[in-house]
Amino acid sequence: MQKQLLAAGLLTIASQAMAETPVLTVLTYDSFTSEWGPGPAIEAAFEATCACDLQFVPAGDGAALLARIQLEGKASDADIVLGLDTSLIAAATATQLFAPHGKNPTTTLPVDFTDPTFLPFDWGWFAFVHDKTRLPDPPKSFKALAASDLRIVIQDPRSSTPGLGLLLWVKAAHGDQAATLWQDLSDNIVTVTPGWSEAYGLFLEGEADMVLSYTTSPAYHLIAESDDTKAAALFDEGHYMQIEVAGKLAATDQPALADQFLDFMLTDAFQSAIPQTNWMYPAVTPAAGLPDGFDTFRPTKSLLLTPGEAQAARDAALAEWQAALSR
Amino acid sequence: MASRAVPLSPAPALAALLLALVAAPLAAVAWRGAGLSLGPADWAAIRFTVVQATLSALISTLLAIPVARALARRDFPGRGLLITLMGAPFLLPAVVAVLGLLAVFGRSGVVNAGLQAVGLPSFSLYGLQGVLLAHVFLNLPLATRMILQGWRTIPAERIRLARSLGFGPWETFRHLELPMLREVLPGVALVVLVICLTSFAVVLTLGGGPAATTIELAIYQAVRFDFDLSRAAGLAGVQVLICAGVALAAWVVTRQAGFGAGLGRNTALDAPKGWRRVGDVGLLGLVTVFLLGPLLAVMLRGLPGLADLPPSVLPAAARSVAVALTSALLCSVAALTLALAAAMRPRPLIEAAATLPLASSGLVLGTGLFLIAQPFVSPMKLALPVTVLVNIALALPYLYRILLPEVRTVLADYGRLADSLSLTGWPRLRWVILPRLARPLGFGTGIAAALSMGDLGAIALFAGDRQATLPLVVSQLTGAYRMDAAASAALILVSLSFALFWAFDTGGRHAAA
Repeated sequence: MQKQLLAAGLLTIASQAMAETPVLTVLTYDSFTSEWGPGPAIEAAFEATCACDLQFVPAGDGAALLARIQLEGKASDADIVLGLDTSLIAAATATQLFAPHGKNPTTTLPVDFTDPTFLPFDWGWFAFVHDKTRLPDPPKSFKALAASDLRIVIQDPRSSTPGLGLLLWVKAAHGDQAATLWQDLSDNIVTVTPGWSEAYGLFLEGEADMVLSYTTSPAYHLIAESDDTKAAALFDEGHYMQIEVAGKLAATDQPALADQFLDFMLTDAFQSAIPQTNWMYPAVTPAAGLPDGFDTFRPTKSLLLTPGEAQAARDAALAEWQAALSR
Repeated sequence: MASRAVPLSPAPALAALLLALVAAPLAAVAWRGAGLSLGPADWAAIRFTVVQATLSALISTLLAIPVARALARRDFPGRGLLITLMGAPFLLPAVVAVLGLLAVFGRSGVVNAGLQAVGLPSFSLYGLQGVLLAHVFLNLPLATRMILQGWRTIPAERIRLARSLGFGPWETFRHLELPMLREVLPGVALVVLVICLTSFAVVLTLGGGPAATTIELAIYQAVRFDFDLSRAAGLAGVQVLICAGVALAAWVVTRQAGFGAGLGRNTALDAPKGWRRVGDVGLLGLVTVFLLGPLLAVMLRGLPGLADLPPSVLPAAARSVAVALTSALLCSVAALTLALAAAMRPRPLIEAAATLPLASSGLVLGTGLFLIAQPFVSPMKLALPVTVLVNIALALPYLYRILLPEVRTVLADYGRLADSLSLTGWPRLRWVILPRLARPLGFGTGIAAALSMGDLGAIALFAGDRQATLPLVVSQLTGAYRMDAAASAALILVSLSFALFWAFDTGGRHAAA
C-alpha cells in the first residue's frame, strides 16, 4: 500500500514536472550527441531560450535514423529527426511520416537546395584525402586515379552514407561511363569498409594512399592536432555534395516547439557550433566566419543529384558497382 | 525409485524460453515485413558465407588439435599464463582485432617489412586469405582451450592402464585421444563455424569488396538502407536453418568417448621425447608469437592516448562491467541447468536451444525485440535489460559446450555413488557436482562476461541518451576522427574484458586445484 502511494506520488510529481517543462526529443546520429560533438553546446543554447528540455537521442548512423523512424512509425516519441542526407530524402518523404516545414530560409549553400519537408543544417563535399608527405602529387580526376597504381579505401554504399555518396558522385560525373570507370578503379581499391570510421582508420594506419572522406577532413587534423600534412585532392569533374537535413515528424506532440527548434537551427547559436564539432560546413555561415582550414580545399564545381534523381539512379548504380568490383 | 532421484528440472522450460527468444523476434520482423523473401544477390552472399565459415572452422579446429595436445602433455614455465592468454584474442571486439592484425600483417606491418627486406613479394591481408587469417586468430585459441578441456576428461585410470600396457604415442593417440576427440571436436567445430557464419565487421573490412558479402551484411543492408524487413527475415531464417543443419550434423557425428567411470583424478599424458618434443616446442612458440603479436600492437596503439580520454569513458565502463557481470552470472546458471539435463540422455530440444541463439543475427534480434516491446513501453527505457537478455542468449552456447563434456564425466564418475547415498537436489549439486565443475565453470563464465563487455549488436536500437556502454563510446570516438582516443578506449575495453575473464578463469582453476 505504502509503495503504491509512493509510486502514485512520484508519478504526480513527474507528470507535473513534465507539464511545466515540455520535452523536445530529437533523434540523431551517434557522433552528433557525444560530448565532443555539437549536441551539448546546442542543447545548452536552445534550452536557454525555449523553457523546455531538449533531448538528443542517438540512433546509430545516418542510414539507421530512417530505419528507426520507419520501425517506430506514428508511435515514435521523437519530434524531430536530424541527420538524414540528400540521398535519403526521397525515401524519407515517401514514408509520409514527416510534416512540411513551411519555411523559406536563406542559406549559404553553394547550390540551390530547397525541399518542402527537410531543412539543411550543414553540408560538405566528398573528396579523397591523402597525406601530402607521402603523396605530393595527387591525381586530379577519377580517370587519373583509376590509371594510377594508388591504393584507396572506400565505404560500402549498402551500409554507409559516404559510400552511397561516392556511388552517386561517379554517376553524376561520368553517367553512362560509370560502369567502365568502376572497372578501372577496381584494382586501386584495397578494401571496402562498412562505415566511414573503419575506412578512415585504415588510412591513418597507413594501409592506403587515399581514403574517401570530406574536403573538410584536413581541417580537423590542422585545428585539433596541429597537423598540416593531410590534404584533399581536388578533381576536375567536380565534387559531389552531402547536405545533412532535419525534418519535423507529423505525429509530434510538440509541433510549436519543433518549429521553434527548426528556426533556431539556422541561427548563429546552432550554426557556429557545427564547423569544429561536426567538421562540416554550416548551412548559414556564422557572423564570425569559418575557422582556418575550411577554405583551403574548395572545389570550384559542385555536383548534386536531386533527391528524386538520386533515388532513381541508386539501384542501377549499385548493380554496376557490385558487378565491377565482384570480379 | 530411480526416476524420483532426478529432481524436476527447469531445463525444458528454460530451453523453450531460449527458443522463443530466437524465434519471436524473427517472427516479429517477418510479420512486420509481411513475409519472407530473398533476392538473387542474396544467394551469392549465402554461398560466400558458408564457404568462408567452413574453411575458417576447419583450419581453426584442425590447428587447435596439435596445439592443445602439446599444451596437455608438456609442462613449462609460463604454461598457465599462455593458457590464460589464449582467452584474449577471442574477446577482442572485431574492429580492435583487425587493427591489431594490420599492425602485424598489414601493408606497413611487421611481416611485410620483413618480406620486403629479403626481397619477397608482399602479403595482402585483403581478400579471403585475410578473412581466414583473422578468423583463425580469433578462434584458434578458443578451440584450443575447448579441446584442452577434453584432454582433462580422460580418466587417470585409463592413462595408467595405457602406461602399464606400454603404449607409445601412436597407441595412446588411437585408444585414448582419438575417442576423446570424437566426442569433443564436433562441438568445437560447430561453435567456431557458427561464430564465423555471423561474423560481420571482420569479413567486410578485410574481405576486399562486394564479392565478400556475408548474410549478416545483407541483413544489415536490408534493414538499414532498404527497410526491406521481409528480406531481412528471409536472410535471418536462412542463417538459422544453416546453423540448425550444422548442429544436427555435429550431433549425429559426436560419439561418446565411453571411457567409463574414473575416480575423478587427472594425470598428464606422457611427454614423448625426440622429434615430437622439438615439434611441440616449435608449434607452441609459433602460436604464441602469432597470438601475442597483434595483442601487443593493440596495447602499444592504445597506451599513448590514455591520459586524454574523455570523462564519459568511466561511467560507460562501469555500466559495461555491471552488464557483463549480471549477464555472465545469469548465463552460467542457465547453461549449467541445460547441461545437467542434457548430460543424462540425448535431448534434441535442449541441444537446439543451446545452439541456435548463436546463429541469430544481432540486428534481427534487436529489431524484433524492438517491434515486440514498442507497443507497451518506450524501448529507450529497456536498453540495459534487453542488452543483458541478448548477452545471455548469445553467450550461453559457448558456456553450454564448455560444460557439457565435463558434466557427463562427473555424472559418470559420481552419479551412481550419489544415487546410492540418496544425495539429490541442492546437496547433490553443492557437494558432488559444483566442486568438480569449478574449472570449466570458471572458464565459461569468464568467456560469457568478456563477450558481454564487447557486445554492441542489439543495444544500438535501444540506446538512449545517458546509457552509453563502452563499445558505444569507442564507436562514437571513431566516428568523430578521434582514432587515438578510440584506440585507448578500446584498450580499456579489452583490458576490462580480459580482467573479468582472468578473474573467473583463475578463480575456477584455483577452486579446482
